[in-house]
Amino acid sequence: MSEPLLSVAGLKTIFNTRNGLLHAVDDVTFSLDRGEILGLVGESGSGKSVTGFSLLGLIEQPGEIAGGSIRFDGQELVGASINTLRSIRGKRIAMIFQDPAMTLNPVLTIRQQMKLAFDAHAGQQQSDFTKRAIEVLTKVGIPDPAARLDAYPHQFSGGMRQRVAIAIALLHSPDIIIADEPTTALDVSIQAQILAEMRSLAQETGTALIWISHDLATIAALAHRIAVMYAGRIVEQGTTSALIRAPRHPYTQGLLNSRPDRFPPKAKLPQIRGAMPSLSNLPQGCAFAPRCQFASDLCRSKIPPWSGTPQDGFACYHPLERAP
Amino acid sequence: MAAFIVQRIVQGIVVMAAMSLLVFLGVYAIGNPIDVLLAPDATQEIRAQTIARYGLDRPLYEQYGQFVWRVLHGDLGRSFVFNMPVTTLIFQRLPATLELTLAAVLGATLIGVPLGIYAGYRPQSRTARWIMGISVIGFSVPTFWIGLVLILTFAVTLGWLPAGGRGETASLFGIQWSFLTGNGLKHLLLPALNLSLFKLALMIRLARAGTREIMLTDTVRFARATGQSEATIIRHHVLRLISIPLVTVFGLELGSTLAFAVVTETIFSWPGVGKLIIDSIQSLDRPVMVAYLVLVSLLFIAINFLVDLCYVALDPRMQKS
Repeated sequence: MSEPLLSVAGLKTIFNTRNGLLHAVDDVTFSLDRGEILGLVGESGSGKSVTGFSLLGLIEQPGEIAGGSIRFDGQELVGASINTLRSIRGKRIAMIFQDPAMTLNPVLTIRQQMKLAFDAHAGQQQSDFTKRAIEVLTKVGIPDPAARLDAYPHQFSGGMRQRVAIAIALLHSPDIIIADEPTTALDVSIQAQILAEMRSLAQETGTALIWISHDLATIAALAHRIAVMYAGRIVEQGTTSALIRAPRHPYTQGLLNSRPDRFPPKAKLPQIRGAMPSLSNLPQGCAFAPRCQFASDLCRSKIPPWSGTPQDGFACYHPLERAP
Repeated sequence: MAAFIVQRIVQGIVVMAAMSLLVFLGVYAIGNPIDVLLAPDATQEIRAQTIARYGLDRPLYEQYGQFVWRVLHGDLGRSFVFNMPVTTLIFQRLPATLELTLAAVLGATLIGVPLGIYAGYRPQSRTARWIMGISVIGFSVPTFWIGLVLILTFAVTLGWLPAGGRGETASLFGIQWSFLTGNGLKHLLLPALNLSLFKLALMIRLARAGTREIMLTDTVRFARATGQSEATIIRHHVLRLISIPLVTVFGLELGSTLAFAVVTETIFSWPGVGKLIIDSIQSLDRPVMVAYLVLVSLLFIAINFLVDLCYVALDPRMQKS
């Protein structure tokens, strides 16, 4: 088997804050093949967005990547120069964000913003800009793209705005798109549309996706593989079907059980007790131990090691039994 | 758009009417100009004649009506002291103030905005701390004191620059300007610097606050994620997004400096309108005061109108409303 398109190993991203050193991303390992969709799921503050930003070197002071490796298409990105990173950002790895109302510049037309993103990478056939812009806008389902090119973001609806952001990400036909909760700020019906479109776009263009979300249901409908993050670490990783059908980590089980659609109306909904600990105040041992019904003294004293292959495994001393 | 312009013009007319009334009443309440116009030993007959000539024996509303009528015909009256039309008097002095003000406000903006953006972009750097330190001085030290220090340093001790006056002027569009000659520029430098320090500090602070705020937004993050360079981001995103407060303050400062550059003009004996208004207040030269204040309100209305037009050009979200 050839080398994966992207392989992240032992990635550590820390923030040096007034409350001490925060390990926002700690020892994260995963890989991504061409055209693959990886779901990165976790609660707020689990480090899933920071992982996304780390891949592009978009961590700002007081944060930094403190260790590990990010290999993309044979190139090491940790410690790479800003020019190397910039030549990859947008061209080979693109990113879309949660709230399109915040990401698009309100005082520039769509054409101006697309032109800036287009011109960021030299060597493009400049004359083809308008053609390419219309092409990607059509691809994401913007009606009458030639006319809409000169509109401002506020003249679009939320869903259309996110489509424009996706179109900008598609401009250079990247190998990977990192999508940081791109549907969270949208209406449910629009969410489903964009989800379906992203999936077919990825299939069509061979673009790999890293889909970051707190919503396991969304991810399960989209991703080939899922990595579950908790307090900066990946606690379980595997193919979508296996992970959904038979989770091994109690936290994954908890997330699955928290989906309200699995229960009859008016039934008492199960929930994971307690809240995720703050990164500045992590317990010793397994960070999930205080909320875990299976936690033992071992869990509370030592961080559980990874069991299984890097692509398919979990970090738990007391995994749930996999049904035979 | 047309409706917007018409609306602003109507508003402007209302403001002008209110202003002219206030100014007229306010100035009327100050002293008796006859005491200034006539020698104390003038006869009663001459007194009565003078009063009648200037219409001071008429009821107030009639004087106001006559004043408005004359203003609408472009006649703002004659100065009691200089015995010449006040418009001529003011427009003789206006170019001096105009070039001083423009030099100060433009200089403060062109230097202050880049410094402020830098300080906002790298808030932890040593340079940024120096820039902010200078802006604190610019804010807190009074203009007249800085003016005196500048004269003492550059004119008296070092002898590099002249201490006052406009120097040689050259003609452009039939008006005399100092900035067109080397000698005039030398004369312009110190007063412009003195006048600009406060505005420089203001521009630095505004640009810094705006930049700091914008740099943390997802707009900048998204631009970075598309591979745009930092220079592109500052030029195309940050500068555009912080420009609205900058334009607002630019307009306000331009207006208020044009109208009230009094302190600097006095210290550097710059023959502008600021000195004219102070002199006319001291000598109770009513027509000059009234005309001046009316012109200043007109100026403010015009500048505010231009600033509003800039808003619409800068922020497309305003075009709808």
